[in-house]
Amino acid sequence: MPEITYREALKRALREEMQRDPTVVIWGEDVVAYAGGGAYGVTAGLAKEFPGRVRDTPIAEEAIVGVGLGAAMGGLRPVCEIMTVNFTLVAWDQIVNHVAKQSHMFNGQIKVPMVIRTPNGHGRTAATHSQNFDAWFASIPSLKVVAPATPYDAKGLLKTAIRDDDPVIFLEHLQLYSTRGEVPDEEYLIPIGEADYKRRGKDITIVTWGRMTIESLKAAKILAEEGIDVEIVDLRTLRPMDVPTILESVRKTNRAIVVEEGWRTCGLGAEIAATIQEQAFNYLDAPVARVAGLEVPMPYARNLERATIPFAEDVVEAVRAMMRNEY
Amino acid sequence: MPTNITMPQMGFDMTEGTIAAWLKKEGDMVTRGEPIAEIETDKTTIQIEAFASGVLRKIIAQPGQRVPVGEVIAIIADPSEAIDEPIARAATPQPESSVLPQPAESVATSVVVSGVVPEGSERIVATPVAKRIAQEHGIDLRLVKGSGPEGRITKADVEAFLASMPKAAPAPPAPAVAPVAAPAPAALPPQPQPEPVPVVGIKQPLSRMRQTIAARMAASKQQVPHFYITVSVEMDAALALREQINAALKSEGVKVSINDMVIRAAALALRRFPNLNASFMNDGIQMHDHINIGVAVSVPDGLVTVTVRDADTKSLKQISQEMTALAARAREGKMLPSDYGGQTFTISNLGMYGVDNFIAIVNQPDAAILAVATAQPMPVVREGQIVIRTMMNLTLSGDHRVTDGAEAAQFLNEIKRLLENPWGLVL
Amino acid sequence: MDRESLISLYRQMLLIRVFEDRAAEMYAKAKIAGFLHLYNGQEAIAVGAVSALNPDDEIVVNYRDHGWALARGCSARAVMAELFGRATGTTGGRGGSMHLVDVSRHFWGGYAIVGGHLPLAVGLGVAAQYLGTGRVTLCSMGDGSTNIGTFHAAMNWAKLWNVPVIFVVENNQYAMGTAYEVHSAVPMLTKAAGYNMYAEEVDGMDVMAVREAVCRAAERARSGLGPSFLNMVTYRFRGHSMADPDVQRSKEEIAEWRKRDPITRFADEVLLKRELVTQADLDAIRKSVEEEVEDAIQFADQSPEPPLESLYDYIYMQPVSNMQIGGSLIRPPKLGGRVAPNGKHHVSAQTSYA
Repeated sequence: MPEITYREALKRALREEMQRDPTVVIWGEDVVAYAGGGAYGVTAGLAKEFPGRVRDTPIAEEAIVGVGLGAAMGGLRPVCEIMTVNFTLVAWDQIVNHVAKQSHMFNGQIKVPMVIRTPNGHGRTAATHSQNFDAWFASIPSLKVVAPATPYDAKGLLKTAIRDDDPVIFLEHLQLYSTRGEVPDEEYLIPIGEADYKRRGKDITIVTWGRMTIESLKAAKILAEEGIDVEIVDLRTLRPMDVPTILESVRKTNRAIVVEEGWRTCGLGAEIAATIQEQAFNYLDAPVARVAGLEVPMPYARNLERATIPFAEDVVEAVRAMMRNEY
Repeated sequence: MPTNITMPQMGFDMTEGTIAAWLKKEGDMVTRGEPIAEIETDKTTIQIEAFASGVLRKIIAQPGQRVPVGEVIAIIADPSEAIDEPIARAATPQPESSVLPQPAESVATSVVVSGVVPEGSERIVATPVAKRIAQEHGIDLRLVKGSGPEGRITKADVEAFLASMPKAAPAPPAPAVAPVAAPAPAALPPQPQPEPVPVVGIKQPLSRMRQTIAARMAASKQQVPHFYITVSVEMDAALALREQINAALKSEGVKVSINDMVIRAAALALRRFPNLNASFMNDGIQMHDHINIGVAVSVPDGLVTVTVRDADTKSLKQISQEMTALAARAREGKMLPSDYGGQTFTISNLGMYGVDNFIAIVNQPDAAILAVATAQPMPVVREGQIVIRTMMNLTLSGDHRVTDGAEAAQFLNEIKRLLENPWGLVL
Repeated sequence: MDRESLISLYRQMLLIRVFEDRAAEMYAKAKIAGFLHLYNGQEAIAVGAVSALNPDDEIVVNYRDHGWALARGCSARAVMAELFGRATGTTGGRGGSMHLVDVSRHFWGGYAIVGGHLPLAVGLGVAAQYLGTGRVTLCSMGDGSTNIGTFHAAMNWAKLWNVPVIFVVENNQYAMGTAYEVHSAVPMLTKAAGYNMYAEEVDGMDVMAVREAVCRAAERARSGLGPSFLNMVTYRFRGHSMADPDVQRSKEEIAEWRKRDPITRFADEVLLKRELVTQADLDAIRKSVEEEVEDAIQFADQSPEPPLESLYDYIYMQPVSNMQIGGSLIRPPKLGGRVAPNGKHHVSAQTSYA
């Protein structure tokens, strides 16, 4: 199977869906002209291919989301790009008070088939540009929240998200855009709400998503050499979460570590750990542990940034400690 | 028609208001929409309007008075209309209906681990999955050494313990009566599968109690190396003493049984043989400070073991009274948590069923169990003569990891001595 | 306009007035809870504007929305039932006073975050433009909305993309309790001028003036001239909401504005003056309106509350097969038994305890 980048996989998904459905449009800051299309090149070339359907917008995230919402209500399927997840904060009222309220509050009279694409990430970009709000998004009823880790998942999930009749927050990652993976040429879709075993193992379950899936896979390779057989559940969808798959794995391995990039307090790891103990308590052989980002505004300095974000070695350490019965 | 003016709700968080002032007097004409009073809430003062036109006939709430929302504060009516005096209470505002689902049916909870860990013992630190597996296999977690933090027992520890146990042959059918510690539900343990037989007849589903008995008895037979010793006890003196005691205590409604006397005898004997009042642990033999006698009681669905605590310190009368109460609660299924568990030695008595002798299975974690058969007239040899005496067989089953034949025999003979010289039980 | 249409405008305004007065009464009697923002004094805007639009033009308004819902044809029964929180309301009791809606009438709802609905209205306009439906989107807001970021983002975008949208400011002089001079740095029309947007100032208490202004704006939008901004000067006769003691406005000021009551003015200056009706006709209209509202109250009061089983309906329009609500359970299910009802998305196989 051909290998392509995560970025290219996203673009193919956008292209295929735009070819398929003329109501799909792409709006965002610098999605047309800048650097050929998109701050991270995801939409490069699409404006030429689909005249009038890919449009640059003002730097006004509340309007990008709000106008996208109205257009979705009015019959379009907008894919709104927010340049980075940090800027979604400007649109938070639109996302929480409007996008996420329509279908339920108006008793099914309004549907909102829109996608908000935005990358998590860091890269020496300091405190306001290196954040992760996965848990915030995932805490909002009526949102669907997706965070693919691989090019394959990115393509399949973005296509599904565009076709979905509910608003989907589509969380990408700066550090993943250039990663490569196998993506078939044929069309496929990945359902929202289904986790994926990225590795089968018997000793310990790692529940993770997004970039931390890749780091966890690296960790699993190191641990395998030590005889520790790690199972990796890549959530792919953060809301609604595939709890049955998490439980299935934990019931087998009896141990779980949640690996997340964001802050630990009130992070998604807390939710997952609570869910495991609620529903699989009798299967646990150790407390559910968490590997998470350190709770500081992200510093700029190279060494401090690196210390703040979890990497494969942190996952390795956590797994070893649990296997040594230290938790 | 008279119109009640009620304390209005003026804001979503208002539950009561105080009349600040009436802007109209009794007898004044008011028109709909006109302000008639000022209401003070905890936030502000607000004018309230009349929702009907007419004469303000009656002011019920006076300035300064605090009134809940919805209660009548005044009445408006036509000048000539009769109004109900003194106070027509309006319907209080309908409470906001709860949109949350009703509470679930109550959940009958049960102490899952109590079938394994006797009450009153030290808290065992084990992971949930370790506890579950131990329960499935009837393993006493006190026997398992924990390798986790602070000695926490993990799944691996339980599995290692299971692997270290001798593989037992398929268990024989459970004895008609075997003691169990507590009527606690347990998961069905895996059972050795018998040879396939043609399926005929009705398969009874396993009750919780039957599952527990099955698990515990199978585990004991698999884990405990049993040995058995039987003695015959001449009970005539004990029966005679019992008659005297019961005659004396008749007015108090106390009726001492042979079993009560056996309990007392066993308790006193255990004082002299502390090694029989002990439990086998992986890292040593746990000697118990208290002498708690467990007694198997037959109940409709199986049997349970009740516990007479500190039996060596109790009189026959106390033991009798306690046993009567314990047995009654057990049969009625109304046992208290303190009624069972924590026994250090167990007695199983089938005397009422006319048995000559039987062998019981050790009730883990006890070191031994005493099986009491029926006291019945038997020809025995005394001073070279065949005479008739009331004889009762006692069979002790011992855990060979804790005690040996010689010690157990001496212990059993001490019980025999006490029963044959029964004044020792009273004095 | 013909006689019947003019009488209809009058009746609609009166219906709104009577409805709001009775709603206030029902609130005081605790039949209605939460927030209740009444439309008294502003009736000419909703009625005049709706009369100028096509049935398939889009309407988006703020939380002071009863008048708009009634003017757009929602029944008094459905609106009152919604205020009562009943299953027969416009959203089955989900939204309440601030979130009336009827998408079948292209009334896209009342929105309760000040300024929050403006981008959404622009989006509806962009969709109409993209799909070539020829529909115009009318977006009403209070004067207080014109200072928040979304206002400016929406105005800029509407002008930038030449969106067929009409921004209607129901300028009732107060942002909740804060007077216009205290909350706005510049006169209202200056704000439109900042975006080089076509703008008019309109007497918002003159139903015909409102109607004509909206007609002009809609015509511009339909002919590709883009957005308009209409500053409709008006006044609300009641406080901001039922909780407002209304102490910040002087009695004299209120009395002065009441002289411009849009309903009596329309009756006096149009219907009676042109001898289209007699006073007896007007009395008959009032009687029929009062009966309609009384019927709505009875209907609302007798309507059931929404069924608890409906709680999880429309969490998603496209359900996900194996979801548990909230990623976890609402409350612990019975041991080994069924889980709490979670509506359409209930999947019992995966929700029992381990």
